[in-house]
Amino acid sequence: MRSVLSSRWAGLLLLAVVIALLPLGLKNNFQFDIAVRIGFNAIVVIGLNLLIGYAGQISLGHAGFLGLAAYFSAITVTRYGWPPLVSLLAAATLVGLLAFIIARPVLRLKGHYLAMATLGLGIIISIVLNQEAGLTGGPDGMAVDPFTIGAFKLVKAREWYWLVGALLWLAVWLSLNLIDSPVGRALRAVHGSEVAAEVVGVDTTRYKVMVFVLSAVFASVVGSLQAHYVSFISPQQAGFFQSVEWVIMVVLGGMASTYGAVIGAVILTALPQVLTALEDYEHMIFGLIMMLVMILLPKGIVPSAGALLRRVSSKAEGGK
Amino acid sequence: MTSVISRRTLLAAAAAFGMLSVSVAPASAADTIKVGTFLAVTGPASFLGDPELKTLQMYVDKINDSGGVLGKKLELVHYDTAADPNKAVTFVKRLLDQDEVDVLLGGSASGETLAVMPMVEKAEIPYISFAGARKIVDPVQKWTFKTPHTDTMACQKIFEDMKKRGLTKIGMISGTDGFGASMQAECKAEAGKYGVNILVDETYGPKDTDMTAQLTKIKATAGVQAVLNPGFGQGPAIVTKNFKQLGLNVPLYQSHGVASKKFIELAGDAAEGVRLPAAALLVADKLPDSDPQKKVVTAYTAEFGAKYGAEAVSTFGGHAYDGLMLIVDAYKRAGSTDKAKVRDALEATKGYVGTGGVVTFSATDHMGLDLSAFRMLEIRHGDWTLVN
Repeated sequence: MRSVLSSRWAGLLLLAVVIALLPLGLKNNFQFDIAVRIGFNAIVVIGLNLLIGYAGQISLGHAGFLGLAAYFSAITVTRYGWPPLVSLLAAATLVGLLAFIIARPVLRLKGHYLAMATLGLGIIISIVLNQEAGLTGGPDGMAVDPFTIGAFKLVKAREWYWLVGALLWLAVWLSLNLIDSPVGRALRAVHGSEVAAEVVGVDTTRYKVMVFVLSAVFASVVGSLQAHYVSFISPQQAGFFQSVEWVIMVVLGGMASTYGAVIGAVILTALPQVLTALEDYEHMIFGLIMMLVMILLPKGIVPSAGALLRRVSSKAEGGK
Repeated sequence: MTSVISRRTLLAAAAAFGMLSVSVAPASAADTIKVGTFLAVTGPASFLGDPELKTLQMYVDKINDSGGVLGKKLELVHYDTAADPNKAVTFVKRLLDQDEVDVLLGGSASGETLAVMPMVEKAEIPYISFAGARKIVDPVQKWTFKTPHTDTMACQKIFEDMKKRGLTKIGMISGTDGFGASMQAECKAEAGKYGVNILVDETYGPKDTDMTAQLTKIKATAGVQAVLNPGFGQGPAIVTKNFKQLGLNVPLYQSHGVASKKFIELAGDAAEGVRLPAAALLVADKLPDSDPQKKVVTAYTAEFGAKYGAEAVSTFGGHAYDGLMLIVDAYKRAGSTDKAKVRDALEATKGYVGTGGVVTFSATDHMGLDLSAFRMLEIRHGDWTLVN
């Protein structure tokens, strides 16, 4: 198991197999919908995990990036008839650029101050989306045309599943590659001690900005796609709580673990659906599970599980 | 120590997986009518969703106790959207594809209703929304109906009253929250039709604590005969107080957004003489016996009040009551659970007396209310008084 998790290709293969076989167990449109939403969240969280887990920088404003891209796609496609793919790429470029411009001043801040600044950014975007009713439809939101590539129209959750599945795999592959590259090592050095990293010659600002922009672009791509998929957007998607939910997914799954990010997204997206069976106790049980995980698995699910496996296997070896 | 921790960890993991494997209920049995509902029971719009859900649960039980509908029991399947349109879309997919409900009720807020409408139309299932926006029924969608009145109607009711009193030049001061902004736009669009001129148009943020500056500007505008304040929450109460403090001696109109006792409490003496449009439910005990809605609103107020306390009665719960009763009525007239027949019966609803007004649906009107749904109230001696 350990070798599977640590070996990059085996892990990617396992993920591909899971994505390919999962539809066999999905019965209806609704279950495909949940799978697609898990995919969307997982992609954002993988990007955010690079920022939080590896570079050690927190962001409570990523829903703002997602919202911007979602509205950019919605408005250009629905009102001005742009091809959705062009809108998606343009949105990603613009959001990347915006993230780049604000990254330098914002990432000079640390800890709570950084969290506050990104939080402020998210809230500003959310306010603009709420107020510019002529453009965005205001608090009531706006309808979005379906996603088309050439003559092919993506409507059903089953069709979306394959696109999102492929993108998720790609995001994991990208993230793993990045972490194993010199960039990844530099990022971990930044996380460990920024001063020490600078002393050994790591251009810490450059790497922080880079990973901030990258995670914003991940959120942007998901934002554009999600707008088309849901075929409706509202400012809530760009709200503060969405950002917090993603940070929880990162922490729950395990910081600095790409698969942890995926697991975090799976659990936090699927769990509320499962818990609805408990009706009034839903929120209580949800909170209880979160608390138990944080108390018993403080490092997050995947790293803690990995440590547990290692301990079990070393004990088995010691017993021989 | 290590073994203790790992055992506990395993236990927690097992508990978590135990939760995950809670199985989903099987498809509907033929002897029940499944009523699917998605409401904002928690979150920022819980003041809408909470009374709505309580009302549905209470009356579904009541209907089942008295034999159900067409000899079948009603089964309520509910999900909490927390007013998030994204969640609403997922839950409606779940209601349609997994729970396979027969009819859809809900959407406490306009956003979630508008988000699910395309799906509802595709699924071809009768749907009644409890949200306000005019966009829901204009243009009319085949399967979508709604019970609450719109902001436009509130504006019309107010302008109608102004016209009666010969007030044609007014100032407006609106909240910039969703409710205030929407009503501000609707009122500006309607004013011309009633010969009302808006001389000055001011706004304030939903969390502002003083509106003296805006009101001073209105006071300084020559010829203002009345002031209209579309808004929600504490803003209008502050406007009312500042209005009095500045000694503006023209009539002040508030919107249906503050039609609750809370507003009178907050604004205190300053609220004397303020006029606002509101649903009949709010003044159930003050309606004359000849009023067609008297019976239904007093019955609802008494029944809901007996179970959850008189102060919990709100027009929002009333919207849910109307939705449920309209659909039950449609089932009875259709004599079948066939979705298309029920929809046709629903559209043929004529003169149904509900808490929100007298409802007559047609192929071109899926809200079915006219201005009589609103009553003009004036606050006198700290209480509502009907104005004719």
